[in-house]
Amino acid sequence: MTVEVKNIKDQIWSLLSGIPDPEIPVISITELGVVRDIEVNKNGIIISITPTYSGCPAMKVFEDDIISTLTREGHKNIKIKTIYSPAWTSDWLGDEAKQKLKKYGIAPPRKTSEDKNMLFEEDTKKVPCPYCDSNNTKLTSQFSSTACKALHFCNQCQQPFEYFKCI
Amino acid sequence: MNNQNPLFQYCLRLADNSMILSHRLSQTCASAPFLEEDVALTNIALDLLGQASAFYKYAVEIEDKGRTEDDLAYHRNERDYLNFQLVEYPNTDFAYIIVRQFLADAFYYHLYQQLSKSKDEKLASIAAKSLKEVTYHLRHSGQWMIRLGKGTEESKQRVQVAVNDLWTYTQELFEADNIDEILLGDGIAADLNLVKKSWEEVVSELFKKANIKPPECRYFVTGSKQGIHTESFGHMLSDMQYLQRAYPDAKW
Repeated sequence: MTVEVKNIKDQIWSLLSGIPDPEIPVISITELGVVRDIEVNKNGIIISITPTYSGCPAMKVFEDDIISTLTREGHKNIKIKTIYSPAWTSDWLGDEAKQKLKKYGIAPPRKTSEDKNMLFEEDTKKVPCPYCDSNNTKLTSQFSSTACKALHFCNQCQQPFEYFKCI
Repeated sequence: MNNQNPLFQYCLRLADNSMILSHRLSQTCASAPFLEEDVALTNIALDLLGQASAFYKYAVEIEDKGRTEDDLAYHRNERDYLNFQLVEYPNTDFAYIIVRQFLADAFYYHLYQQLSKSKDEKLASIAAKSLKEVTYHLRHSGQWMIRLGKGTEESKQRVQVAVNDLWTYTQELFEADNIDEILLGDGIAADLNLVKKSWEEVVSELFKKANIKPPECRYFVTGSKQGIHTESFGHMLSDMQYLQRAYPDAKW
């Protein structure tokens, strides 16, 4: 990789790091881990992205936001490529991103290696409440306002809250 | 319309199955028994729609005749769809919705485990992705089976009736035809005998947990791989395809 190409890639990465997730605007699309690769060649730029969930409706917004952000900064011939492998995992969220989620009121995902849920057993591991840190919480539903979150309830502070699912 | 490429046909079947089950679930939107379940069923529908889209996109890429994923999803006639009759079964009541989902989820869970080891990288990657989502679906439908099976007299009776009725539609999930066999030989398709064995294990384990009696079935439907459907399917399609028929090639 030439120094020039590396500089362009770094610049693009930093521009993409400024694009918020459309549904959870406190984290960026790079923190979420959907941007997988940046390729710069003489024909233009190819950005590879991967969906968090197959049907994630934010994918189109990601594409539009990436193209408009890079175009605004003078980049041309931008192509978006959707890839499925390796499949997105919540383990790609870094500690900093997890802190931001918690502050925003979404309980961050545990590590997939700690997720030993049996198929048909009740989940005995409690998700700590993002508001009051109590472990006295219960699962309301595995599904919530977006595909990537589950709905829980805190018995301590009597607040419903969302948990970023571990996949 | 008939495209004999086995991989195209294989992808089309996978896509049709996810698409039709997704549409059935989407019909529960704003009419599920309560709000959380409304959200859950439509979230599952959304995952399935995403999976269908990935398989349709791959199918048109293999076919390479300029058709789009929407052409495959919305511009075919009843007999051209290759989905199982199980997934098109109407939303008779909540027990039927859950039992249909459980039987299908348990199938997908094992199918995608096999398929994620396929020699076809694209199929393997879509399967590995889908498997993560399907695991959540199976947990959800499985836990509902237990709640209904161990619930009130009414819920016990209803879930048992749904199991007895829908059992008729389960055996064709595992019927392999020449397309399955050709692709299995190439290391691409899932081995349906292995899928069947694991499916039977997980289903009978769950029936025990949920106090559901294993059905004694006398008769099994067949033919979905040749485009055979139940009576309700045409009605469902007329609803599902309405917009694309009325406004051809409408874009979002």
